Parts: sequence; structure tokens; C-alpha cells
Amino acid sequence: MIRRNFVLAILATSTLAQLSALPASANEPQELVVFAAASLREVFQSLAPSFEKQHPNAKIRFNFAGSQDLGVQIDQGAKVDVFASADWKHMRLLAAHGMVAEPTIFACNLPVVVVPKNNPFNISAFADLPKATHLVVGAPEVPIGAYTEAIFAAAEKSYGKAFGERIRARVRSRELNVRQVLTKVAMGEADAGIVYRTDALTMPDKIRIVEIPAALNVLADYPIAVLKAAPHAELASDFVRLVMSKDGQRTLAAAGFTKGERQEAR
Amino acid sequence: MSQLFLSRARSRRLYGALMVGLGGFLLLFLVLPFVALVLDGGPESIVRGLGCALTWPALRLSLGTSLISVGLVVLGGTPLAWWLARSRWRSARWLEILLQLPVVIPPAVGGIALLLAFGRRGLFGEALERLGWAPAFSAVAVVMAQVFVSAPFYLQAAVQAFGRLDPSLLAVARSLGASPPRLFFRVALPLARPWLIGGAAMTWARALGEFGATLMFAGNMTGKTQTLPLAIYTALELDIHTAQALSLLLVAFAFALLLFLRRFNRGPEVARRLAAQ
Repeated sequence: MIRRNFVLAILATSTLAQLSALPASANEPQELVVFAAASLREVFQSLAPSFEKQHPNAKIRFNFAGSQDLGVQIDQGAKVDVFASADWKHMRLLAAHGMVAEPTIFACNLPVVVVPKNNPFNISAFADLPKATHLVVGAPEVPIGAYTEAIFAAAEKSYGKAFGERIRARVRSRELNVRQVLTKVAMGEADAGIVYRTDALTMPDKIRIVEIPAALNVLADYPIAVLKAAPHAELASDFVRLVMSKDGQRTLAAAGFTKGERQEAR
Repeated sequence: MSQLFLSRARSRRLYGALMVGLGGFLLLFLVLPFVALVLDGGPESIVRGLGCALTWPALRLSLGTSLISVGLVVLGGTPLAWWLARSRWRSARWLEILLQLPVVIPPAVGGIALLLAFGRRGLFGEALERLGWAPAFSAVAVVMAQVFVSAPFYLQAAVQAFGRLDPSLLAVARSLGASPPRLFFRVALPLARPWLIGGAAMTWARALGEFGATLMFAGNMTGKTQTLPLAIYTALELDIHTAQALSLLLVAFAFALLLFLRRFNRGPEVARRLAAQ
């Protein structure tokens, strides 16, 4: 009895092994793997159904995280078809390693000031920032923090050195991603913060947006690229086309992204 | 059929191979990542880590806050564990479980909970701020986050240590006229000491490595609230090698301190002696 069960078990496992070793048939769904910056979650997820309708055999698997984490994972050999980054730094690193072909800017994101809905310090313009006692911004090492630093530097030039010193002195924390800045403002722990417009729009009931004057502001580029080692290169190009299409751009605009016009990597 | 039954010698060999195989598997799994970290970085990586601008303020802050945290946990945790271990009150068992919860919840959630309680707009935050005490975004918040996530390790060890004490020993001490403080300080504490120190070491290690709750509750500010793990994560945004170097530094530092505690704490010998009795 024992031996027969044993033989059966061996037979069963070897059959399973053979089954899994079979080549993928034409009807088997293909899994397109898209690594995208966390801020693209809602937009890309809403684009997925129309893509899967156009490609009945394809299924998209997303991995949303910080561009830094995604860049490292791809660099370490993750099997990925498409990479959509929230900044040039990590895309350029992959390009330098010869891993992506021709990145294209598909969207831009504009930094804005956010304040809690009850706005305790009555901040209604960028120039009001020194009124706040607790500012929370991004760390200079992450994209939003670098942009914030550039905005502060531009403000210092226009409003004078004292203005720059005053706002810098009120910075209580330099967070490691935009969501943490947003959370602290939404909870009222920070009186104001600087995040991307798309992030600000996700919490309309908790925060209020204060625009940054165009003369001081910077535009964050979002590049997208097909990986050179993409397992499904053709599907991957189709996905990039969908993002660049009128439909894709409309969805991006609805989420608060601005149109990306420049094609060239700086 | 009979050949299916293994001879005693073969079964013993099988047992040995199984134990070595399974144990060795886990051993390799736990050690290899550190080997890779050291091999990939090398000694020059540690030197580079020491040269990074983020390192020294973070190291100083980490050392200071984690030691204060351990001190506070031991100070409050020892009497609490003593009471929990001896209480016949049924709710004490529930309380014991409740006190283990910080281990289970993700530290970032713990940080949010701390903000909701002690943040500027938190449950008690506004009252505290009116009293002129605002812990959020300060080194005090770092300590609070560390105590919150690391205390369960000491409590668990201490409750078990006190629970393991021979009740007849305590009864004899009492019958010889030992007062409750004398019983606690002269009998219970010395007997439980090795486990208490072991628990304190775990708490210290957890406090030193604390990341999520600190980031949420205390924020990330060089020199003020940026501990070594936060500095490592910040450096990761710069380049992976600096982060690696800082991690090696943290690992080397933790290893040295745990080694020191191990030498100082003769727990295993005491345990063996007790087991032999």
C-alpha cells in the first residue's frame, strides 16, 4: 500500500513537471509586466481594461512603487516590459546601462503647495508660506524634494534672502516620498507642504491646493520606455502607444497631469 | 514490506542528516544576505560610509535615543512584567496579549497611531501643546516611536523569566520574612537577570533598527530626528553604495554591542545550571 502510494506520488509529480515544462501555447494569456511610479497607479489601472480588450490574450501585471525602488529592481534583473518613471534620474541610469530604448516623456506633473482643509494659518498664496510654523517637504534626495529646493531657491531670488531663510527655518521634516508629505498635511501635523498636483487631487476633502507662481515653479517630467530585454516587446510598444494616445492623455489630464511636449531627454 | 522499515543505524543517520539539512538551510538563508552585503561593499565601503555627511549626526542620534529607549523600557517594563507574571487576575493574560500587538502591526501604522494620539492635532496632542510640550518632529518623538515598537520584546522576556521562577523559592523567601521589595530585588531580579538582559538586548536591537514608526511620527531631519535607518533610506535615494556602506556600519555596530552583552550576560551557563538541578 505504502509503496503504491509512493509510486503514484512520483508519477503525479513528474506529470506536473512535464505539464509546466510545456511551451506556452498561442491561446495562453501573455502577461505584460509594467513597472510604474506610484503616482501613476490610478491612471494606469484605469487604462488597463481598454488595453486588455484590444489584446484579448494579454493581461497586464503592474508593480507600483517609488521610481528609485523600481529602477533598482530592474537594474538587478527583474523581468519587465515597460518602465514608467517619475523622473529622469532613474530612467537615465537604466539607459546608461543599455537597458532601455528611447525613453519618451508622456506626462508632466506640477508641484503645488497643499494646506489642511481648515488652513489654520490662512495660507492663500505662496508668499504666505512663512506664516506657517510647521512646513513638511520632500528630502532633497528624492525628486519632489529636489524640485522644492529649486522652488525655494527661485523664491529667494524673487522675494529676497530673508524670505528664503524664513521658510527654510520652518521646515520640520524632509520626507522620503510625496505621500508622506501629503499624509502629514492631511492629518494637520504640517501647516503646509509641497507635493505634485496629482497627489494633491487624491484628497480633495482633506486638503486645499495653493498654486505656486509659474515663474518660480518647475515641471516634473515622466519618461516611459520599453525595456530592451522585454519578454513581450510588441505588447509593450502597444502599451506605450496607448499611454501616448488621445485616450491615454485624456486620462492623464483628468488625474491632474500636464501634457508632456518635450520628447528629448535632458 | 520489511525493507521499508529502516535499521536503527540508518534511521539515526537519516535523523542526523535531516537535522543538519534543515538547520543548515535556515542558517545559510539567514547569514548569506549579510555575507553578500559585506562582500559587495568591502572595507572601503565602510570607510566611505564613515565619510558620508549623513553618518555622524545619525549615528549619534541613534545611539542616544536607542539607549534612552532601552532605559525607559527596562524601568517601566520590569515592574509591569513582575505584576503580569504573578497576577491571577484573568485580564492580565489579555493585557499580555495586548502588549504584544506593537510587534504585529506594521511600524508605519504604529507611527500613524502615535500621531493620532500625540501629534499636533492628535487626541492628546492639543492638550500637550497647550502645556508647552509638543513631541512631534523632535528627538522625543524618536524615543517614543522606539519605545512603542521595542518594548514588547523586553516585556515578553521579562514576563516569561518571572513566570519561570520556582514558586517554592519565593514562598521560602517570604516565610523567612522577606518583605515584598526584598523579595523582588534580592531574589526575583537576580534569578531572572540573564533573561532580562537578553530581553533588553532584543529591545535595544529593535530600537536601533526602528524605521517606519520613526519616519511617520518623528519625521526625517538631519541631526534632529534622522536616525541611522532613516539615513540609510535617505542615502538609498542618492546611490545604493552609500546606503550599503551605512548599513554595514549599522550591522557592525549592532554586532559589537550584542557581542558585548553576550559576554557580560552569562545567561546560558545559568540556564544550564538550573536545568541540571
